[in-house]
Amino acid sequence: MQYHTPASFEDASKIAAKATGITRFLAGGTDVLVQLRADIVTPDTLIDIKHIDGVHDITRNSDGGWTIGVAVTGAEMTEHADLGGDWPGLVEAMDLVGSTQIQGRATLTGNLCNGSPAADSVPAMIAAGATVTVSGPNGTREVAAEDIATGPGRTSLAQGEIVTAVNIPPRAAGGGDAYLRFIPRTEMDIAVVGCGINLAVDGDTITAARVVLGAVAPTALLDQACADAIIGSTLDDAALEKLAAAASAACNPITDKRGTIEFRTKVAGVLARRVAKIAYERAQAGGAS
Amino acid sequence: MSLDDVKTSDFKYVGTSPDRPDGLDKVTGRAKFGADAYAPGMLHGAIVRSPHAHAKIISIDTSKAEALDGVKAIVTRADFATGLTGSNWNVLENIMASGTALYDGHAIAAVAATSPLIARDAVKLVEVTYEILPHVTDVDKAMADDAPIIRAGAADKSVPEGLHPNVVRYHESGHGDVDAGFAEADLVIEDHFRTEATHQGYIEPHACLGTLGGDGKGEMWCCTQGHWNVQKLCSALLGLEASQLRVTASEIGGGFGGKTVVFIEPVALALSRKANRPVKIVMSRSEVLRASGPTSSTSMDVKIGMKKDGTITAAKGVFRLQGGAFPSAPMEFTAMCAFAPYNLKNVKQIGYDVMANRPKQAAYRAPGSPMGAFAVESVIDELCNKLGLDPIDVRLKNASHEGTKASYGPTFQRIGLVETLEAAKAHPHYTAPLKPGQGRGVSCGFWFNFGGETSVTLALSMDGSAQIVVGTPDIGGSRASMALMAAEELGIPYENIRCTVADTASLGYNEVSHGSRVTYASGLATIKAARAAVKILCARAAAKWKIDPEAVDWVDGCAVPSGPNAGDFEPMPIARICASMGRTGGPISGHYEASPEGAGVSFATHIVDAEVDPETGKTSIVRYTVVQDAGKAIHPAYVEGQYQGGAAQGIGWALNEEYVYGEDGRLQNDVFLDYRIPVASDLPMIDTVIVEVPNPGHPHGVRGVGETSICPPLAAIANAVSAAAGVRLHELPMNPPRILAALEKRG
Repeated sequence: MQYHTPASFEDASKIAAKATGITRFLAGGTDVLVQLRADIVTPDTLIDIKHIDGVHDITRNSDGGWTIGVAVTGAEMTEHADLGGDWPGLVEAMDLVGSTQIQGRATLTGNLCNGSPAADSVPAMIAAGATVTVSGPNGTREVAAEDIATGPGRTSLAQGEIVTAVNIPPRAAGGGDAYLRFIPRTEMDIAVVGCGINLAVDGDTITAARVVLGAVAPTALLDQACADAIIGSTLDDAALEKLAAAASAACNPITDKRGTIEFRTKVAGVLARRVAKIAYERAQAGGAS
Repeated sequence: MSLDDVKTSDFKYVGTSPDRPDGLDKVTGRAKFGADAYAPGMLHGAIVRSPHAHAKIISIDTSKAEALDGVKAIVTRADFATGLTGSNWNVLENIMASGTALYDGHAIAAVAATSPLIARDAVKLVEVTYEILPHVTDVDKAMADDAPIIRAGAADKSVPEGLHPNVVRYHESGHGDVDAGFAEADLVIEDHFRTEATHQGYIEPHACLGTLGGDGKGEMWCCTQGHWNVQKLCSALLGLEASQLRVTASEIGGGFGGKTVVFIEPVALALSRKANRPVKIVMSRSEVLRASGPTSSTSMDVKIGMKKDGTITAAKGVFRLQGGAFPSAPMEFTAMCAFAPYNLKNVKQIGYDVMANRPKQAAYRAPGSPMGAFAVESVIDELCNKLGLDPIDVRLKNASHEGTKASYGPTFQRIGLVETLEAAKAHPHYTAPLKPGQGRGVSCGFWFNFGGETSVTLALSMDGSAQIVVGTPDIGGSRASMALMAAEELGIPYENIRCTVADTASLGYNEVSHGSRVTYASGLATIKAARAAVKILCARAAAKWKIDPEAVDWVDGCAVPSGPNAGDFEPMPIARICASMGRTGGPISGHYEASPEGAGVSFATHIVDAEVDPETGKTSIVRYTVVQDAGKAIHPAYVEGQYQGGAAQGIGWALNEEYVYGEDGRLQNDVFLDYRIPVASDLPMIDTVIVEVPNPGHPHGVRGVGETSICPPLAAIANAVSAAAGVRLHELPMNPPRILAALEKRG
């Protein structure tokens, strides 16, 4: 195994482009090192990106949006003074990952690039309209969060490509987001179903919404029918029922050790209702800090 | 035991909860557990395991692994003893397969190398060719006509004609006429119940360091509940003389019955013998879950008849237990414990031990009892609901008491079930209001407790302090309890006594720490050893005073004349007698060796409040109270810990823990991420009530407390969840998908 600590994304990309066999980028390592120790994946090339300038920074941009460095940990997001005011759903989703110890290492980018359909932060990122900046041999591109994972453990990143930052749009007034997951215990579980919703209101009426379901399909699902169920409504009972039905209909889950098809389908609807209520309340309360 | 020997009140040390003697070592990381041993030249062992649930082993090619730099030895079944029979053969077959892999994770070969990573790589280079055979992992399917036969001829003579060869043992017991009893009932309920296998979930994986030379002399360091048993099994499996293998028990990070057997210890010794170097093996969590000894899974039918006034007229249970690919499921315990709390005129219980392609089950805290209680106490709860009766009143009405002919045969001596029920009824929990969505459940539970071979030595030091040498690994605070009982007898402070778990070369034979036997049996032996030492102390004082030894009493750590007629002498303290022990007759020690048979049975009553989310089926346990008879709580804080621990494990078993096997017969959830043990935030504060109805078979009245606490939780939680959900749950675990499905089915 070759272990590298490049000082720039350019160098990291060059190492990855030339590498043969299995390559992994190492940020918090909460997936990579676990897979290594459990003898599931032993990379031939391990590229530690924590020594690159700026990767630990959370930056508020001039337009009010946010740039989150690829080695920023969950704990740093949770403890940030303003990020959670704009994007409470996203911060809470990231905070659900693992234990306190894991929070000291785990990163948003790692959660996204691990490609798990059950990743907690991913539905919240997609709902928020987050993008990631990707650098590679052919230059730099900006990719929507929903376009990174292509299936369990797989991403759309080409060899030599690396995510260099997560971009969160500005929080407009009258917006709010939320994320909930279902686990059978209170902690230390993988989502059996997850749901992230970001919406905007004008008065009591929902004007825009992005509804994302996790762990009910090979990738997180950004579902327009769910959004349509509540856009234009005041989130009355009828709208909530339509949302729940749309969420259940959108599911394409499997039965596995963590839950059944029937359970995931039903609970997706339940969670969508509960999440929409929280996001709606937050939106009405003002949204931006 | 004569009444003179028994002291059940006016204790000075017994019944207090001083600091645990192993506390500082454990919180500072100084305590040495199984994996903490190292030896010069030590190698690391790793085990080749079957990925198949059932497969014929066609060939094992070790040549590529042997060629790997750093690999020093590879063993297969050929490196172990031949000609074994009975349980020794079963143990050997389980720790190293011969012709057939019998479950996912079954050991096929083992490697010793100079580093753990080389050993891991070498395991991958061992080429095993399998012919995959049909498999079965479900208990009912394993009994069906079309089930694959796991091992023909494994059944013993108890099995009636016409049953599938996978049914290997059969049990039937009871008394009276159940059919006549059912005819007398106003309401009869019969129901079917299932429980999935769970694991003890001890935090410390199995680990050992073994050395075995060509001279047949060996050393073994391991985490175990019983090192004499390790000595016995390892010497049998390797063809050694038992006394040539010295076994030392490490500190133990939990056992709960799962460390009463051997898995890696004989393998480390076989590798060591071949490599002529010490070999250490440490299981991963995945290996622990796949290839140690989980519980049985069960399929049960229970039928109970009740009169309108709550009198049980008859009870019948059929208990089918799957115990892995070996005859071992504790179905007779399930059958014998199931109805033990009740004074029944007509009772019948039947048990089946069924083999399936799973790891050989091992004891798990009151092995077999919790599952039977789940079925029986669920049916009683349903009868109470239908007849509009209070569940504690009904249990009180039918409760076993002194003189009751137990469902499993003997007549109970003094027992404390009624007292636990009365304490539960009087507890504020039982009448506290419930919130919407919450339900309350109660259940009783029973465990036999056990005595077993026990040896203890107590030696006095020149300064009058004492050391106790026991042979029962401390899995629940027994060193503190031994010191308290000795302090009481010697009349010296707890702090002046050190209790050590000796190795197999330092003491006579000791049965494993199981059956909730240690505080009872090693405690009894400690008290007897202390009394033997006191007798010598009194004799030394008598000699000094030139009076009859019978005229000397032992009071508060001093020899005193027994009365005015004995003479007028100042009390002689233990320290003064011990200071001159060398010139007054030699060192002063007390010994006791026996297999005591007075282990008092124990009962408990649990009260649980559960809250169920009707939209997701998620359960929270919001309040929990354990009421249990301890006979006499030697160290009450440890007793409370046992009560709470049993409840905590029961909550896991009832709600989310289970072995999930895929269609391919492989275990799907072999890590703690997916084997869902409760985390701290899943548990409420578990309240405890210690009832003390002294056991006449112990000098201080002790009953074992370690196991009874896991007998009621499955049923108590099921009754609470069923009440909260408004639908009866018949299958464990009651995980959210199962509860939601039950709610949907009800509509």
